Amino acid sequence: MKYLDEYRDEKLFRSQLARLKQIATRPWVLMEVCGGQTHTLVRYGIDELLPAGMEMVHGPGCPVCVTPVEIIDKAIALARRPNTILVSYGDMLRVPGSESDLLQVKALGGDVRMVYSPTESVRIALENPTHEVVFFGVGFETTAPANAMVAWQARRQGIKNLSLLSSHVLVPPAVEMLLSSPHNRVQGLIAPGHVCTIMGTGAYEELAAKYKVPIVIGGFEPVDLMEAIVMLAAQLEEGRNEMENQYRRSVREDGNRRARELLFEVYEVCDRKWRGLGEVAASGLRLSAAYREFDAELRFGLEDISVAEPKECISAMILQGLAKPKQCSAFGTRCTPESPLGAPMVSSEGACAAYYLYRRHSGESGEDVCVPVGTPNGEGA
Amino acid sequence: MCLSVPGKLLERTDVGGVLVGKVQFGGIVREVCLDLLPEAKAGEYVLVHVGYAISLVDEEEARKSYEYMELAGMLEGELTAFPEDGPAPVIEASPPSDDFASHRPGGEPL
Repeated sequence: MKYLDEYRDEKLFRSQLARLKQIATRPWVLMEVCGGQTHTLVRYGIDELLPAGMEMVHGPGCPVCVTPVEIIDKAIALARRPNTILVSYGDMLRVPGSESDLLQVKALGGDVRMVYSPTESVRIALENPTHEVVFFGVGFETTAPANAMVAWQARRQGIKNLSLLSSHVLVPPAVEMLLSSPHNRVQGLIAPGHVCTIMGTGAYEELAAKYKVPIVIGGFEPVDLMEAIVMLAAQLEEGRNEMENQYRRSVREDGNRRARELLFEVYEVCDRKWRGLGEVAASGLRLSAAYREFDAELRFGLEDISVAEPKECISAMILQGLAKPKQCSAFGTRCTPESPLGAPMVSSEGACAAYYLYRRHSGESGEDVCVPVGTPNGEGA
Repeated sequence: MCLSVPGKLLERTDVGGVLVGKVQFGGIVREVCLDLLPEAKAGEYVLVHVGYAISLVDEEEARKSYEYMELAGMLEGELTAFPEDGPAPVIEASPPSDDFASHRPGGEPL
């Protein structure tokens, strides 16, 4: 397929890798922020091809992974209500709540439906006027405008039996939290290309300047990621701390203005709890006053559900790039994609699931870590 | 979650006030909502995320950056005598050198 195949070309990838080996002289530690990028890196083994000492640590950019357990419990409570249809993306159905998950609720008779696009929930609501339909939407800035369309359409078409349970998070505040942490080891960042496709490049320019860290907005294919790594290495070797855009074929300086306008008509910025990271100020989205009537938490009185994270799961360390999946004592034994303890093992974009899928039989034990597992989570946790 | 796929917009239609496009991904054609990208025209490539077109793929930028990478790769190839034909060389992950090991985080400061 055009614009995919050429960015998987082995020869071009290897020529980029050769460039990297020419440029890099020091053991730079880089972070890819987005879980989609993590998946590509681990799938193709790109992080294992880097020059000696260079390391990729995996960032918090997997929305399924950072959705707090209590939101899952709220979704489960909704799915158990009579005459209620809970609609969500496939990834969300297997995420463990404190006692169950949505697939189990479905197996016991709950009406839980998996959709590819949020617009399908509008159709389901129109087809089932005697049922309450709740769209359970998570995601970063990339997905938020599409999810916002559900509330926008419901309001415009006067659909009364449709509401949203949403857990939206914003990337820059989480990146800022990681960069300002005393545990931070990251010297260069690959920023999420599809988030920037919507939001533009400004926030990352500010982060690069404020924290004096090079940031390259990167795509998702192997050649994209290798080029982004080369660009970061070049900046680090030359002592530059700039925002650069590798993913120019999709990311414009101003992003997608129309999507952003819709996003901030339907949602407003709020403080948000991240699974593994704790509360991060101004890092989430909630329905704005004009759309609050579509908030499922208010409509069904779910605000008070609150639960603790499972103790054995070290997702807090994983999501901050402080530990690798194989350092977890439960990895591949008590925690597998079929029976996950924590969300990074659920989503295909989660670091644990990617390691399980592509690397569980390899000998690497995750000796790359600098903070002992079991130390207190970073601030905010 | 942020997965987005590029496809070719074949045609646009208005379905009850919603702008819908037929988009071809390889051999598959799917309906995609164009409300977040109403300026997209038939024949252009769009990036599609959860059923919504979210950006136009800029052909000029794609061509320029690709040519740049190919050129940089060719120059590199001349420097490193990279084999052009036959099976691709297997590049092993380099063993950690002592030089770098001493600079590992947690070791001496850089």
